[in-house]
Amino acid sequence: MKNIASKLPSEQYEKNFSDLHPPFTQNSAVAEANRCLYCYDSPCMKACPTHIDISTFIKKISTGNLLGSAKTIYESNWVPLTCAKACPVDVLCEGACVYNAKGEKAIEIGRLQRYAIENYFDKGMPALFHKAPKNGKSVGIVGSGPAGLACSAELALLGYEVTIYEANKIPGGLNTWGIAPYKMRREDSLKEVELVKSFGVDLKTEVMIGKTVKVDDLLKKHDAIFLGVGLGESPQLSISGEELSGVVGALDFIEKVKTENWENVHVGKKVAVIGAGNTSIDAATEAKRLGAEQVFIIYRRSDVEMSAYEFEYELAKKDGIVFHFLTSPKRIIGNSFVEGIECLKMKLGEPDIHGRRKPVPILRSEFTIPVDMIIKAIGQETKSSFLSSIPKLTLDDEGCVIVDRTTFQTANPKIFAGGDCINGGKEVVNAAYDGKHAAHGIDKFLSKK
Amino acid sequence: MVDLSINCAGIKSPNPFWLASAPPSNSAYQNCKAFEQGWGGTVWKTIGEPVMNVFNRYGGLDYNGQKIFGLNNIELISDRPIEVNLKEIAETKKLWHDRAVVVSLMVESKRETWHEIVKRTIDTGCDGIELNYGCPHGMSERGMGAAVGQVPEYCKMITEWVTEVSTIPVLVKLTPNVSNIQLPARAAKAAGADGISLINTINSIIGINLDTFELRPNVGGLGGHGGYAGPAVKPIALHLLSQVAIDPEVNLPISGIGGVSNWRDALEFILLGASSVQVCTAVMHYGFRIVDDMIEGMTNWMESKGITSLDQIRGKSLPRVNDFGNFDLLNRTIARIDQQKCIHCNLCYIACEDAAHQCIDLTPVNGHNKTEVREKDCVGCALCSLVCPVENCISMVRIDDGSASKTWNQLTEEFRKNGKQMTWENLAEFQHKHGIEIH
Ligand SMILES: Cc1cc2nc3c(=O)[nH]c(=O)nc-3n(C[C@H](O)[C@H](O)[C@H](O)COP(=O)(O)OP(=O)(O)OC[C@H]3O[C@@H](n4cnc5c(N)ncnc54)[C@H](O)[C@@H]3O)c2cc1C
Ligand SMILES: Cc1cc2nc3c(=O)[nH]c(=O)nc-3n(C[C@H](O)[C@H](O)[C@H](O)COP(=O)(O)O)c2cc1C
Ligand code: SF4
Ligand code: SF4
Repeated sequence: MKNIASKLPSEQYEKNFSDLHPPFTQNSAVAEANRCLYCYDSPCMKACPTHIDISTFIKKISTGNLLGSAKTIYESNWVPLTCAKACPVDVLCEGACVYNAKGEKAIEIGRLQRYAIENYFDKGMPALFHKAPKNGKSVGIVGSGPAGLACSAELALLGYEVTIYEANKIPGGLNTWGIAPYKMRREDSLKEVELVKSFGVDLKTEVMIGKTVKVDDLLKKHDAIFLGVGLGESPQLSISGEELSGVVGALDFIEKVKTENWENVHVGKKVAVIGAGNTSIDAATEAKRLGAEQVFIIYRRSDVEMSAYEFEYELAKKDGIVFHFLTSPKRIIGNSFVEGIECLKMKLGEPDIHGRRKPVPILRSEFTIPVDMIIKAIGQETKSSFLSSIPKLTLDDEGCVIVDRTTFQTANPKIFAGGDCINGGKEVVNAAYDGKHAAHGIDKFLSKK
Repeated sequence: MVDLSINCAGIKSPNPFWLASAPPSNSAYQNCKAFEQGWGGTVWKTIGEPVMNVFNRYGGLDYNGQKIFGLNNIELISDRPIEVNLKEIAETKKLWHDRAVVVSLMVESKRETWHEIVKRTIDTGCDGIELNYGCPHGMSERGMGAAVGQVPEYCKMITEWVTEVSTIPVLVKLTPNVSNIQLPARAAKAAGADGISLINTINSIIGINLDTFELRPNVGGLGGHGGYAGPAVKPIALHLLSQVAIDPEVNLPISGIGGVSNWRDALEFILLGASSVQVCTAVMHYGFRIVDDMIEGMTNWMESKGITSLDQIRGKSLPRVNDFGNFDLLNRTIARIDQQKCIHCNLCYIACEDAAHQCIDLTPVNGHNKTEVREKDCVGCALCSLVCPVENCISMVRIDDGSASKTWNQLTEEFRKNGKQMTWENLAEFQHKHGIEIH
């Protein structure tokens, strides 16, 4: 990089990446829990993609039955600490809380969930569930992200022999390597991995299925397979200059940030992030919090079309991120280092078949933004080459694995899949739901045999 | 393994949580649904004389945003015929062998009528009978309910009519609307009752509508006293329970009732001697589902304390129930404020200044007030710590070393022996000797 932003004092890094939503104290948790109306068949529960019995777990916080509260949560969701800290609660549970309709502040469900689960880990994870006796069948899980973890936990309790194969050295998928550090730290994700391991799940790291171990061998070894492989890097921009030093993929960059060795992650003084999804916002705010002086988000459409959530947009604006809407990158300028990005102004044309207005370039509107670093964040590619190498698997146009939405079975009856690799990239909580329900799909399939 | 099962006067249930005789236990549908969700027993809604309810019959007391802190009702006993109830009771018991089905009765004060209803009730196969001597409205005017519970002689007479024919345990449910709860309890004991249930509802008027001047609940412009229940009555119920539990002349198993909303409340009743607890208002507010947390919360609490059976803790707090005359006058506590935790609301200051002993000093520091206790003047009443909104910010610290101890009873005895009168001067001398200055 041409101009690397100067490093910050270590306390400053800790401050920049400290909890966005600090934990409840005991008093404040109980007060908030008592504010909950304990609705029957509550809308919040329906809005949670894993359908946690929210009113019940909150009621248990109010009576001081914290272990029972954690149990209620785990009955529906195997990665509730990550969810509590990373779920977009405004559009999920809290967005559905009846207090919104009353014109009052919604119950802080995410923070209460965190309170119950952190207490559970602080107490040393006392056993909450009975394991069924071993049934002699074995399942191989590919990927230790939330989908893989949820599937493993559920299967282990049902009596299956479960092995997780994880390509990375450190497990947890994007819970460990993706979620912005001011939402949660790596150690939280690893606690959830430990809990799943405590059910007798065998976790093999640094095993890349398709390379280290062949898919065929896996199919021979196990009675069923679950794929929770997630997605890959952000796609190429396909413009000139992309090979210059200082151009990085968002996932690569964020993974470095997640090592939490802040001073070893270089950012440019001026950074441009291409794309305006939630990952783009994360990359931009993380670059800023690492010391970048100016961070721009460059997006071809307007704020209306952008896929980032409202609260993420607000966070970025608060961090001083500058948005260039209706702006398309044309080429990256520089010799061996990035020096700037030439962009083209756009306007919105006619709606396409999805009703989204297509951006069209405005002629001769080129302008250049001088930057030292460019982060590509225009979505994530599917793992299509790996997936298409698997016998009988079918993929949709986007490259996502096609499954039956209740059993999570793929076109290959022995193979099940869930999480980002079937939905093209949603939230942790969706992966948690898929994994758990796929386990029951697998159980149904194997019990029939 | 924790075992929650109990035996209350010979009536057994897998856990101590029973529905109280009230709207939630009105029918087979409701009682069976409650059992499915885990309730250990039920006391069937009181059956007996023909009654007809008014429509509007409940009034709620909300407190600072919490709904139904107290609940008042002018409801009568079951408004369905005896035959219908007895049939449903028999059906319910047949389906639920392991749960306690107790039937609450109230009929007119005639020996034959009582004999007949008791026999018919026993024929349902139920586990016990509860005599409703508590209903404070509607029935009492007809010589039943509280009209019986308030007169120990009636209480004894009717209980005898029941116990002389009953082959199953008989619980007598007491009204709290008496000045000495031990008297009706002793009457029940003398008449051969197997156990006591308490409390029924407390006489009350829940409130007045300031626009219309009507009472709540309002029946076509009229209202009257009703029975008060719910979280607000728990302290009263706990006290009355303790009074019956410590009375050696009673010495009967007790089913505790009044404001039980969760497992913590239930444990308090058990620590004061209750064998089972009954719940009405909390179910009326939230439904039968609350029993899930009651069972789980109590189990988890017992596990964390290494307690395996409720017998191990039943009545454990009773030896601590004592008379003022036996409290140590020299067990000296004072308030201490944790300056790190203080948020400078000054509520402790104004409470002590206006309502206690003027011993908190307020000094301006950096734009806020510092609150500090003048320890030599503090009488340790604890008011400041009660008003303080911050957890563990004001603690009551014991400052005597325990070497001196004197109760009021001992002090008066000592004065008597030494030929001293209990005068202000003599008392001040005693206080002075122990470094206590009251101003
Ligand atoms: C930057 C970023 C921030 C995000 N922030 C949030 C957020 O705040 N809140 C939220 O709810 N969601 C967030 N998400 C989305 C969320 O992380 C994903 O939806 C979720 O992690 C998907 O889970 P998964 O189990 O399907 O896949 P992943 O979490 O991606 O896990 C897949 C795992 O499979 C392993 N794997 C892949 N291929 C192989 C193979 N061939 N052999 C062995 N192992 C393999 C990978 O190494 C990885 O560990 C974010 C995503 C990104 C990219
Ligand atoms: C609406 C209502 C109706 C009641 N009806 C009866 C009854 O028929 N017989 C009876 O013994 N007690 C009756 N009670 C009293 C309850 O059984 C119980 O003693 C009282 O409500 C205190 O318990 P709680 O605080 O859990 O509500 C009634 C209470 C309420 C609120
Ligand atoms: S898992 Fe997420 S959406 Fe569900 S209740 Fe918890 S915080 Fe809300
Ligand atoms: S909708 Fe809101 S008030 Fe109702 S149960 Fe859920 S969190 Fe509580």
